Amino acid sequence: MSNPDRFHTIVTTVENKPGVLARVSGLFARRGFNIESLAVAPTDDERFSRITFTVDVESAPLEQVVKQLNKLINVVEIQELPPEDCVSRELMLVTVAADAHHRRELMGLIDDWRAYVLAENTERIMLSFSARTARLDEFEECLRPFGIVELQRTGRVALPALD
Amino acid sequence: MSNNQQMCGGEALVKALERAGVEVMFGLPGGAILPVYDPIIDSSIRHILVRHEQGAGHMAEGYAHATGRPGVVMVTSGPAATNVVTPLCDAFLDSVPMVCITGQVPYAAIGTDAFQECDTTGITMAVTKHNFLVTEAQDIPRTIRAAFHIATTGRPGPVLVDIPKDIVDPVNPRSAMTWYEATDADMDLPGYHPITQGDPELIRAAAEMIRTAQRPVLYVGGGILKSRAAEALLQLAEMVQIPVVTTLMARGAFPDNHELCLGMPGMHGNFTAVTAMQKSDLLVSLGARFDDRVTGRLDGFAPAAKIIHVDIDPAELGKVRRVDIGIQGDCRLVIEDLTAAMREIGGVEAQADRRAWRSTISGWQEKFPLVYEQSEPGERLKPQYVLEELRDNNPADTIVTSGVGQHQMYASQYWKFDHPYTWINSGGLGTMGFSIPAAIGAKVGKPDRRVWAVDGDGCFQMTAQELVTASVEDIPIKVALLNNSYLGMVRQWQEMFYDERFSEVYLSEQTPDYVKWSEAMGCVGIRVESPEEVAPAITKANEINDRPVVVEFRTDPRENVFPMVPAGKSNSELVVDPSQQGLEP
Ligand SMILES: Cc1ncc(C[n+]2csc(CCOP(=O)(O)OP(=O)(O)O)c2C)c(N)n1
Ligand SMILES: [Mg+2]
Repeated sequence: MSNPDRFHTIVTTVENKPGVLARVSGLFARRGFNIESLAVAPTDDERFSRITFTVDVESAPLEQVVKQLNKLINVVEIQELPPEDCVSRELMLVTVAADAHHRRELMGLIDDWRAYVLAENTERIMLSFSARTARLDEFEECLRPFGIVELQRTGRVALPALD
Repeated sequence: MSNNQQMCGGEALVKALERAGVEVMFGLPGGAILPVYDPIIDSSIRHILVRHEQGAGHMAEGYAHATGRPGVVMVTSGPAATNVVTPLCDAFLDSVPMVCITGQVPYAAIGTDAFQECDTTGITMAVTKHNFLVTEAQDIPRTIRAAFHIATTGRPGPVLVDIPKDIVDPVNPRSAMTWYEATDADMDLPGYHPITQGDPELIRAAAEMIRTAQRPVLYVGGGILKSRAAEALLQLAEMVQIPVVTTLMARGAFPDNHELCLGMPGMHGNFTAVTAMQKSDLLVSLGARFDDRVTGRLDGFAPAAKIIHVDIDPAELGKVRRVDIGIQGDCRLVIEDLTAAMREIGGVEAQADRRAWRSTISGWQEKFPLVYEQSEPGERLKPQYVLEELRDNNPADTIVTSGVGQHQMYASQYWKFDHPYTWINSGGLGTMGFSIPAAIGAKVGKPDRRVWAVDGDGCFQMTAQELVTASVEDIPIKVALLNNSYLGMVRQWQEMFYDERFSEVYLSEQTPDYVKWSEAMGCVGIRVESPEEVAPAITKANEINDRPVVVEFRTDPRENVFPMVPAGKSNSELVVDPSQQGLEP
């Protein structure tokens, strides 16, 4: 993720009905829009879900993405959030190799980054870490030398910044 | 029908269609939709039994084009649903209002690969404005209301409603429902609010931009017809005295016989229409979408032109060509507001001096008219001649439909469209086989009007079976079959761009025998081979009104459509008729 300003977050409120995610992802596919990440969950109002996705504005025509999304009947609202106008977070779960030799060093790193230990055994530690996407990238790089066994990221979610 | 009456979902569906104002639908029954066909017997809705579901779809489109009312299709599940995919896509690309009801396997069987199950909503998601899978009988009235609302408002388009068998089948308890007259509030469409009124400030800015333009052109598309804006357009054009080009989808939206009309632009547009756009300093695009068949190579399109773009679909504004002023709104309303705004800033007197522009344009018109060479005695007919004779031997309000290919371009070029809703063709998808079913749909919607389908021999062989429908259902359309023995348009491309290496474009000189085939389908069949037979055959066809007529014109396979902008080239590289090549504009 070289230039973080390339990635804009689009938060869509959609009707919580079967097939809506397929409509949204189908639209991306047939219009040739590449999406960087996608996160879906119901909102506090069970009639609606929120689909948050990140697009690379250098490769996708952002205005067209938003306008085409708007044409989907089940899309109720779209907020386009440039990086400077939103607070965004992403969650990572990762299992890292942690034998006796490297365990101390790894625990230090976990403390420094304020990650959480979710589970551990003699060979491995499972962590959760939530931060801005770029921080997840950096943390991932720091973990890599220890040996990443499995890793899962959620894609970013975002809300408009407070004034 | 009083509210709260208990009924079965199938009855409710037919009732809801009646309530939506449906007077006719086109369809073919089968297993999953069977329960709905029973109440149709007692319904006021005329059902036209087609011979192939694709035909039903194009008939619904022809009906919608001709009448402005949504076309309605009803078919069963599985293969019937897949057979309507082509017309759905056609209607989607040409923004045709249409509601398609498909049967589906019982709700509980969905996802089990049941007999004649297919994922109809999944398959048609990309080719409909919206689709619904109805899961409860009680939802039928509100879903039908929503379907018609979506199909006919905003940018019109096809809407599909998939109906599982159990919710319409009286023997199934899941079909029980309590009737209600669905209202707008029942539709529950929180994400659908089409905007029709244009922004007054943008309209004022547009008026000012038009006022000062030296070489403006009104670039008019199918949206004019969809918004019933032909009258408003005429007023605007006459007030500002700006020439008008009508795209393939908008032929007739502005009368060809009007002195401001330049005719069709684009790949096979006439020299003046193409060149006027190319040299203009302001294109006022009204309900058009800068299709590649109009723009040619985009980076060479109308390089000096500023763009005012009016469309009801905001996604069209700036999609292809950057706009200077983009106005979202219904074309008719925006044009009316724009006309008022133009009047406010001084009307025709305040306009820039455009005498030079008008004289340049009439110079082109004189130098580069549409031309063709008449055939020598003994040679096959020239298709252009056939079209001229058709035009001259029919009233101006005749409805003309066409297939896709050379004959379509000749029809658009040589017919004179002086009235809106007299030209019906497949522009966006370019669907061969469109003309005959579309003509049937148009004739059903406008029974008092004469309807001619201009067809090619390739196209005819794709949907000719619907002439059986026309015969049996008493829908006396007329077909002008331009038989050049070839997939002519493809042949033309192979001649011009593939060194005359003709690959799989020859159909046959003798087979089928179109006259016999037409007669077998209950039509009158007439074969025409020489120029002097053309007009009498047309007259004879026009005198037959108790059954469909097919006139087969044996036309010259060597004839090519000119002018032509070769694919991938800029509109400045328009190739004119060989006889005009070398002339200085
Ligand atoms: C369903 C479909 N298949 C293929 C094509 C590609 N195509 C465009 S024009 C054409 C030839 C049409 O032949 P015919 O109906 O004889 O018309 P002509 O060009 O000879 O007038 C073909 C094959 C198409 N437009 N639609
Ligand atoms: Mg042909």
